[in-house]
Amino acid sequence: MSIYKDIAWNGLWKQNSILAQLLGLCPLLAVSTSLVNAVSLGLATILVMMLANFAISALRALIPYEIRIPIFILIIAALVTVVDLAFNAFLHDLYLVLGIFIPLIVTNCIVLARVEAFAAKNGLRASTYDGLMMGVGFVWVIALLGAVREFIGQGTIFSGIEMIFPTLSAIQVLPESYPGFLIAILPPGAFFILGLLIAGRNWLDARANQRLRDKRQHEQPPAATAAAA
Amino acid sequence: MSEPVEVGRRDSGVFRISVRTAAIMLAFTLMFTGLMAGTYKLTAPMVAASALAEKQRLIGEVLPTTMHDNDLMKDAITLAPSKALGLDDDTRLWRARRNGDPVALVFETASMAGYSGRVGLIVAVGADGRLLAVRVTAHRETPGLGDYIDPKKDRNKARPWITQFNGLGLDTVPRDKWRVKKDGGRFDQMSGATISARAVTNASGRALAWTVENRDKLFSLPPDSRFEGKETP
Repeated sequence: MSIYKDIAWNGLWKQNSILAQLLGLCPLLAVSTSLVNAVSLGLATILVMMLANFAISALRALIPYEIRIPIFILIIAALVTVVDLAFNAFLHDLYLVLGIFIPLIVTNCIVLARVEAFAAKNGLRASTYDGLMMGVGFVWVIALLGAVREFIGQGTIFSGIEMIFPTLSAIQVLPESYPGFLIAILPPGAFFILGLLIAGRNWLDARANQRLRDKRQHEQPPAATAAAA
Repeated sequence: MSEPVEVGRRDSGVFRISVRTAAIMLAFTLMFTGLMAGTYKLTAPMVAASALAEKQRLIGEVLPTTMHDNDLMKDAITLAPSKALGLDDDTRLWRARRNGDPVALVFETASMAGYSGRVGLIVAVGADGRLLAVRVTAHRETPGLGDYIDPKKDRNKARPWITQFNGLGLDTVPRDKWRVKKDGGRFDQMSGATISARAVTNASGRALAWTVENRDKLFSLPPDSRFEGKETP
């Protein structure tokens, strides 16, 4: 069971695709202009990552080591196309919202990275779970980034939600007269805010490590006396 | 997954490995191409139906269904690619009629002059030469800045920017006034995002002038025929 706990911890925090590995920046920066956009892309990404990890874990015995990368790319591209077509046919309303993001997923290196680093070496269940957790790790960061950019840039949250749930509408957090802060919406703003998020993560990790060291030092003397005795 | 293969000194070994690898690559390619082709085949009818519904929804945005009584999907002609309308491909033009009398022409047009390239538009022009409505169908203008050309993103919900064209014809606004105010024309733009407004305004003026010029021919062509048109500068 602990392997699943490790996978979850890696995906959500320790090896987080964005905050730790800095992978998938292309769709991240392009799409995180609002919370709704960001979550939409994130959900489509989770689906593709699970499918890709599952397919490659299932086929891993058949894939020669030397040509694994082209085969991985082939499989990922085919799966993205299939997901794109299936959404268009069966979930058309959702497709109108997510549609433009689905082809973008191919450009997300995190899919290839997880396939190469995990699914090619692990079993079906663990690989699919890894795809899910890496995807969720991607979603929470991109959602946070989207929310912050939208809030600073336009003073709203959930703009565009009416495309998914027609009965809901965006929340105007700052007064209507808020002039907007354009740089947050433009790509440079995405870099600034992403930099701050990464700094925040590093700070939290450094603090946790410091505490761990303090705790060890605190526990050192009894251990030393025990050894001397 | 197999481990890296130690390449032998003998050429025949290398050759064998190459052929085997190529065969495996080919097998995977065929397998996944088959998967995509199968999915495409399976979903094609539903995708086509969705695309048609989407078209009808778009047309409904610029032309109220109460204005006509014919089936637009059956009364359509094909427009050849044309520079005047910014079209690179064949597109459809739908003709609305009431009791057989011409009511309006609906078609897609585009401007390449957006801040981030192409801005797709759908316009409805009445038989009396007035622009009924314009809507943006596709654009990549800057969110929060140039995207007010799309009424869904326009902060002015009561009177979105793009509705200022409604009901205007070349008789009320002369051809050379179909520009934004900054260019000496008649239409407002938002300061700081003139390019997006200019793209839509100029394309609307062009589309209107083109329709007025070709109106009679467009209405009289038999359904499903092709309109080549002459290029107007």
